[in-house]
Amino acid sequence: MPTKILDLPVTERVLSGNRACAGCGIGIGLRAITKALDGRMVMTVPASCLTVLGGMYPISSVDVPWVNVAFPSTAAAASGLAAGLRAMGKADEMTVLAMAGDGGTGDIGIQALSGAAERNDDFIYLCYDNEAYMNTGTQRSGLTPAGARTTTTWSGKRENPKDMPRIMEAHGIPYVASTSAVYPTDVYDKVAKARTIHGLRYVHMNVPCPSGWGFDPKDTVRLGKMAVDAGLVVLYEVEDGVFRLTGRSAALAKSGKRTPVADYIATQGRFRGMPDGSVDEVQAWVDARWDGYVRRDTAGR
Amino acid sequence: MSTGTTEVMTGNEAAAAAVKLARVQVVAAYPITPQSPVVEQLSAWVESGELPAEFVTVESEHSALTVCITASTVGARVFTATSANGLAYMTEQVWWAAGARLPIVMCIANRAMAAPWNVLNDQQDSMSVRDAGWVQLYCRDNQEILDTTLQAYRIAERLNVPVMVCYDGFLLSHTVMPVSVPSVGDADAFLPKRPEPLQIVDVNDPRNIGPVVIADPRADASGQSCHGYMEIRALHQQALLAALEVVPEVDAEYAAVVGRGWGGLTWEYLLEDAELVLVAAGSLGTQATVAVETLRAQGVQAGVLGIRCYRPFPAAALRERLVGRKGVLVFDKALSYGYEGPICADLRAALSGEPDAPTVWGAVCGLGGRDVSPDHLVDAARRALADGHAGTRHRPTDWINLRLDG
Amino acid sequence: MGTRECGSPIAMSRPSVGEAGLTGDWRNSRPVMDAAKCLAAKSGKVTCQLCWAYCPDACITQGAGPAIDLTYCKGCGICAEECPAGAIAMVPEAEHGTCEIDAAAEVAR
Repeated sequence: MPTKILDLPVTERVLSGNRACAGCGIGIGLRAITKALDGRMVMTVPASCLTVLGGMYPISSVDVPWVNVAFPSTAAAASGLAAGLRAMGKADEMTVLAMAGDGGTGDIGIQALSGAAERNDDFIYLCYDNEAYMNTGTQRSGLTPAGARTTTTWSGKRENPKDMPRIMEAHGIPYVASTSAVYPTDVYDKVAKARTIHGLRYVHMNVPCPSGWGFDPKDTVRLGKMAVDAGLVVLYEVEDGVFRLTGRSAALAKSGKRTPVADYIATQGRFRGMPDGSVDEVQAWVDARWDGYVRRDTAGR
Repeated sequence: MSTGTTEVMTGNEAAAAAVKLARVQVVAAYPITPQSPVVEQLSAWVESGELPAEFVTVESEHSALTVCITASTVGARVFTATSANGLAYMTEQVWWAAGARLPIVMCIANRAMAAPWNVLNDQQDSMSVRDAGWVQLYCRDNQEILDTTLQAYRIAERLNVPVMVCYDGFLLSHTVMPVSVPSVGDADAFLPKRPEPLQIVDVNDPRNIGPVVIADPRADASGQSCHGYMEIRALHQQALLAALEVVPEVDAEYAAVVGRGWGGLTWEYLLEDAELVLVAAGSLGTQATVAVETLRAQGVQAGVLGIRCYRPFPAAALRERLVGRKGVLVFDKALSYGYEGPICADLRAALSGEPDAPTVWGAVCGLGGRDVSPDHLVDAARRALADGHAGTRHRPTDWINLRLDG
Repeated sequence: MGTRECGSPIAMSRPSVGEAGLTGDWRNSRPVMDAAKCLAAKSGKVTCQLCWAYCPDACITQGAGPAIDLTYCKGCGICAEECPAGAIAMVPEAEHGTCEIDAAAEVAR
């Protein structure tokens, strides 16, 4: 049974008064993640928005062990933590959580991540995907959606984003999941499940970003849910090769009531001025992908 | 002192033997010539159970050092090795390891930097990261590789700074020599378990390690003023300078247990009455000892001062041994392109302003494995002496055995 | 007092609230809860709690009528937007005059 809001543990390990932007979706997701791991964790984080949330020396905004590392090295850092903890006889004391952004995962960090996945090293890798290099000022990443204006794609990005969960699935790792920070119980359930599995577990978490996407901070949750309703962000998991839509995405597959991509695009400054033809192309791309997810859900693989 | 064994082995095998004796707990391995046989040997020992360690076959040198960084952060004794472009590729993490104050030991089988490709020896790779905050030790032969690698853990763990053990690719890495391997008992007596790390990774005492540190000191939640970036860097520099004491101390401690020492920061040969001093690091120093014998047979009072510890730079020790000599000829197997050899430049600075300082001549040799014979060194010494007699005070770096013009 | 007294040669932070200061200062508008509309407050039970779950800053404490910590609330307005009963209104800080954080925290509770 999926966890309900009221079943989420109350202990908070993301502390108030942190340095994240108002309305940043990372906080919502990270609260659920640290709850799912019950604080029995060490997280390793590269340069990213999360570094800012974590706080500047000598105060930490997160009440769990945290090891900062260089931008390309998140997954290797997690491999080293896992190996080191095993060597010290402490592997059972904590789950190793690597947590990097979309650029840190799909661009500069993909080599180390692919290596760790091929070795099936024992940690959870969680990519929080706010769809551009937000910490450095909204430059495009390999995971930025088509049409989005960034500070390095002023007239809108032309390419569709990389499908990171699918890339990770191709490594044959035991658990791959896609979720959204605005569904904290979905995040919680997936990380809690990942916690019980050994080997490399990959969780991809969409995170709306008010400043980078160009929307009012109050709309973080609303727009995150719109992305799911449009089928742009899909909630699913692949456990030992078995594919399953979860939560809102499973309900959408049943009802068939996906909303138009254009409605979602209209809510954000980054898509302003996107030509209708480009919106149609994104809709077609989303439709084809969605059909694939539904087929896989039906087939269970 | 208990009985060890004497075995004929390569420099790479000597390094691996030391890693096993050091009871290293995590090894990160990525291949690059001429370092690869070190991790190949360690892999075999991990598989056979002779070395109970985690062996992580990473996908790049960047990840190799990363694995060492985080495994060391949680208290494990770690090892990796690399060469040339591998070292350049992990350079970001070379800085991270030092700034994070982790007692990592890494062997460098010194090799020329591309482009163009060249797998043979010079010391451009490690010299290019001299500023990153590691202790750098250079070895003359395979025995010194084994002994220095063991000593490196002691130095690193006493100071919480990483140590590079540098040895010449192929010339040492792939050349066999008899090497005396200390007994396990002696190694354990010399090198106890790693002390508790500076870093705390504990779910009951959560810390955020290595976060953003601003320029100025900042108060913690209790009001205690904590370091700014510059204070942390100053403490790192203090630890590195303390190695000028600790490197010789550890060498003496090693000698007391194992019965063999290497002189600490520098070493010398026929130096006492020498008027002309040949300076070099690594196996080139051995060539220099042969050269000074020839020079002495020819009536030149020559001696050798070998650099064992290049970072921290033993400026005071060098001044003490070199002031009052007539001339010093520095042989570098690396170059700061656009200037001169790194050891030469550092030595000039160390001697600067000394009233009785010798004239310092610079020579670069052996790049990309170019042959350097004792005769080449003798010829270079003769050219330096001739320049000295002619009253030349400044001259371009002498490129040894260069054949651009016939 | 020198920084040496902090006792460590490396940068290693300890957890505390308020790393970025009193982030309530960032707020343009403050969430004001109407207990008459709040599902939990009306039922007298710890129910709903969506505002608690969605607060990115962990500024809301669960309860039969959740409490908002205005010392640190950045005023993003997610709680107001997501409240299914429309029980939270974002009121411009200017309407409260000078923002007095401690007093404001009391008001919210």
